[in-house]
Amino acid sequence: MPLQLIINLIIAIMWMFLSESYTFVSFFSGFLIGALLLFVLRRFIPDAFYLHRGWKMLCLVFLFIKELLLSNIDIVKWVYRPGKNYRPGIFELPTDLRSNWEITILTSLISLTPGTLSVAVSDDNQKIYVHAMDIEDSEIAISAIKDTFEKAIMEVTR
Amino acid sequence: MTGTTTEVILDILIIVLLLFGTFFILSATIGVIRFPDVYTRLHASTKAATLGIAGIMIGAFIFLYTELNMISGKLILGIIFVLLTAPVSAHMLGRAAHQLGVMPWTKTGSEVKDAFAESKKRK
Repeated sequence: MPLQLIINLIIAIMWMFLSESYTFVSFFSGFLIGALLLFVLRRFIPDAFYLHRGWKMLCLVFLFIKELLLSNIDIVKWVYRPGKNYRPGIFELPTDLRSNWEITILTSLISLTPGTLSVAVSDDNQKIYVHAMDIEDSEIAISAIKDTFEKAIMEVTR
Repeated sequence: MTGTTTEVILDILIIVLLLFGTFFILSATIGVIRFPDVYTRLHASTKAATLGIAGIMIGAFIFLYTELNMISGKLILGIIFVLLTAPVSAHMLGRAAHQLGVMPWTKTGSEVKDAFAESKKRK
């Protein structure tokens, strides 16, 4: 992966010198051309195409934005609904992610998704304690988090 | 003629984005007042406020681009940093509240379900 990044940067700088305009725009177009070349020649270069991981990261960002919009609509509904017809509580979410970075990303994603807010992480990094607006559907929340977020994060980091 | 119509459309887009952002921030404020305890208030203040700020910043970005013809990177950076820091600060506030022994609110008569407190007791 570092080798491919260096090749890509070299191609970008070469493109900048060839077109003799030392601006960000020409650097960026050179970078895109380099990425395209690496993609075309990916069979002859060791390791997988490195921007594949970048694509997965982009997918994660889009998932995040989608969930953020949904959660906002959800919380606005809670705010304007008359009466207190919810039953908050804290449930535990077992997680397969291990490293600190992965867990940080997962807790941030949980905090910005509908009806859930991460409160604490257990000392052995195995459980995340999540505060839910409505404890009744915590099972659904657990399966949703496991299916979408954990999978998306694992695809980026592993 | 075409120039003016696109300008009108962009103006409407800016207005919609700004109203959208302000609406979410207003809802967050009402939520903070209406909700019963720390945790539910954190729900309101983290989620709705981030989207509200993002809406206002994107509106300002488009305004600066169309009116003054400049690309403001600061606004984009602002959105990214709010998105990065809001969940972390909510996590820390929630954790600190729990460490101080604040119990989650429930309806009167029903029992509080609190897995975190149970796990602490088990130790």
